Amino acid sequence: MNPDTIAVLRPETEAELAEAIRLASAPLAIRGGGTRPVGRPQTGALLETGALSGITLYEPGALTLVAKAGTPLAEVEAALAAEGQRLPFEPMDHRGLLRTTGEPTLGGMVAANASGPRRVQAGACRDSLIGVRFVDGTGTVVKNGGRVMKNVTGYDLVKLMAGSWGTLGVLTEVAFKLLPAPESAATILWQGLDSASALRLMAEALKTPWEVNAAAHLPDQRTLLRVEGFARSVAYRADELAKALAPFGRSVTLGAAETASLWAQVRDVAPFHDQDGDVWRIAVKPSESAALVAKAGGEALYDWGGGLIWLRLGEGVDLRARLGDFPGHATLIRASAETRRHIAPFPPEPPAIAALTRGLRARFDPRGVLNPGLMDA
Amino acid sequence: MQMPRPSADILGRRASIVARLRALLPADAVIDDPHETRAYECDGLTAYRCPPLAAVLPRTTEEVAAILGLCHAEGVPVVPRGAGTSLAGGALPTADSVILGVARMNAVLETDYDNRFIRVQTGRTNLSVTGAVEADGFFYAPDPSSQLACAIAGNIAMNSGGAHCLKYGVTTNNLLGVTLVQMDGTVVQIGGPWMDAGGLDLLGLICGSEGQLGVVTEATLRILPKPEGARPVLIGFSANEIAGACVSDIIKAGVLPVAIEFMDRPCIRATEAFAHAGYPDCEALLIVEVEGSDAEIDEQLGLIRQIAARHDPVEFRESQSEEESKKIWLGRKSAFGAMGQINDYMCLDGTIPVSELPRVLRRIGELSREYGLDVANVFHAGDGNMHPLILFDANKPGDLQTCEALGAEILKLCVEVGGCLTGEHGVGIEKRDLMVVQFAPEDLEAQMRVKDVFDPDWLLNPAKVFPLGASETRRAS
Repeated sequence: MNPDTIAVLRPETEAELAEAIRLASAPLAIRGGGTRPVGRPQTGALLETGALSGITLYEPGALTLVAKAGTPLAEVEAALAAEGQRLPFEPMDHRGLLRTTGEPTLGGMVAANASGPRRVQAGACRDSLIGVRFVDGTGTVVKNGGRVMKNVTGYDLVKLMAGSWGTLGVLTEVAFKLLPAPESAATILWQGLDSASALRLMAEALKTPWEVNAAAHLPDQRTLLRVEGFARSVAYRADELAKALAPFGRSVTLGAAETASLWAQVRDVAPFHDQDGDVWRIAVKPSESAALVAKAGGEALYDWGGGLIWLRLGEGVDLRARLGDFPGHATLIRASAETRRHIAPFPPEPPAIAALTRGLRARFDPRGVLNPGLMDA
Repeated sequence: MQMPRPSADILGRRASIVARLRALLPADAVIDDPHETRAYECDGLTAYRCPPLAAVLPRTTEEVAAILGLCHAEGVPVVPRGAGTSLAGGALPTADSVILGVARMNAVLETDYDNRFIRVQTGRTNLSVTGAVEADGFFYAPDPSSQLACAIAGNIAMNSGGAHCLKYGVTTNNLLGVTLVQMDGTVVQIGGPWMDAGGLDLLGLICGSEGQLGVVTEATLRILPKPEGARPVLIGFSANEIAGACVSDIIKAGVLPVAIEFMDRPCIRATEAFAHAGYPDCEALLIVEVEGSDAEIDEQLGLIRQIAARHDPVEFRESQSEEESKKIWLGRKSAFGAMGQINDYMCLDGTIPVSELPRVLRRIGELSREYGLDVANVFHAGDGNMHPLILFDANKPGDLQTCEALGAEILKLCVEVGGCLTGEHGVGIEKRDLMVVQFAPEDLEAQMRVKDVFDPDWLLNPAKVFPLGASETRRAS
């Protein structure tokens, strides 16, 4: 798709965005920063949310932030850092893996439910998202949730919007609960473990009371655990972990600076940035992941203690055909547009679930104008 | 509180509906004797009562599917019920409805420490989920006050919270998968023992849908390793505002306690008279609990002590032993029981931005005087989830109505300052008619469209959550 030859809509207010959708007579391709081209390729006119930008409300004492959906993630992270706070879920930056440029936005992050290594402890993007405003496929503005941490008033459309990739509505404003940034951090590192041992190590680590908040095994056979918190507590827990897991071999403990850069690489799947091939993202029962990778072939980066596998395979390989039924699901994240046309990027659903999904789409976007088919099998 | 008029047609077919239910289920699973159905006439919101047409107590997902399939075919409304502890009337029946209780479905189906989950039938009580794993050093985090009695089914329906959700989140953050039976009897699996359910977040949608989208019969729950230790402190203050400011300062300082609980003077006094926890006689107190090793706890409590000192506390009591910890929690945990001893009460559940605490507490005091009913406050301060308890006398004509009117004013106040009607109890019938305060018609329409997808005939718990006027055309169709 050539951006020069298609229309671009760039509304500056929620009302303009609603109007643009109401008047749309053909499909729209929804774009925040344009850094996450995932799913069935879109050919509609571009609808960009980048002009809906700015932090609406930030209350450090209440651990909450509200911002317009087109706000650059970097702007939000800078504002939080200035108050010693952060987004809990460590959102992945897809630019390296997907070889895109542009500025990731909050709305795009939510639409992708982008979460990073801390997901094992702090939950996914959807778990920290506490409020949304969006425009549905009829051009109607809808709000759900709010700006408070605990809210069970009515159905939770907030979660439904997270990870819906712009197919149910276009986000205009999002609200998050936050966490204090830790005083310190450490990584405990083992080298040379095979994947089966690494997975056992990570399972054992996550069973301890020492609050491991990230556990990954990289293709170069490095196995990493992270602890964060007050400095003395971090030192204590890193030490206890190294001792308790000594049967897996000698470890070294890395300080806060190395920890930050190392986990940014895990978060962004850096080992695959300069490698060819398609990249799949597999959610699985952690104890099954080594066997699954053995069956799938390819090169794997294990995150979330093995519950998330980033798998690099040859171009155009249908992983699902290779794996058959397994306890989890696989999404094709990086592949050519051509491959994404003939292999469904999102996992196929059993008929009863597919019927619910279809029903929801028909209600939220009855004309099928919002990223139509993007998540279709 | 109004409920829809029961369908004369369904009431007329009562005998045949019961006979068909009996044909599907073991003899002891169908209850239609009017003396026995009275046990299901209300939940924790006891001001409203109505015996159902019948109650059914299935033991398996297959039986639940058969019941729902039959009721679907017969056009009979179904009200799902966990343990019946809802404070919002979530399990209140209508005379033409069948209560589907999951209390007999309480088995642990699978426990897996390597993958840190437990799979249970949803009639199992919240506390007994932890009970099943605690000997091995694990626990299930959400801990609503009713955890001894309440069922996981109801926790999922209401997206229940508890005292410790500041750190561990609420039910939806700890739910990995469900077996859901749809109203037409279709059984679907959503999610499982892996993170992120895949596709649209139907799991997130079902959690907190108050039994209106389907009946959850099995749940896969995240379990966590128990912390090495936990220790509470009790801090007394000479004013609510000061306690509120201290909460905000603790959060800003980067300490993340597992719980920050707040009690005001009326609540402290009533609790003290009832439970003799040895609380100081002060305007407001906080219970702050932190976790970790002894050294980690010392460090965090040291910081909290410094912060509290800036607010001139009238008391700072740090637990020195397991026994003292229990005593500090005793009053808080007895608060509702204590209130019940001296009065009837209505427990509200609005959430507000933490920064609004002082203003909201002041305004509640004013409203309390205007309406002539006492209000005691006990709540989860860290996340702004308030629990004003309005004291009234159920035997005094008009008192319940005054209480409800005051309750509505307080909840409107919560919404006005940027909060919401309910933080963890759910809407049920109690806050149904106030939904228009928080939501525009389009917002409610978007939610009702979700129910249209899962339950097109609006047979599952139909008279809840949405104002009756807003859902009328759908329920009638």
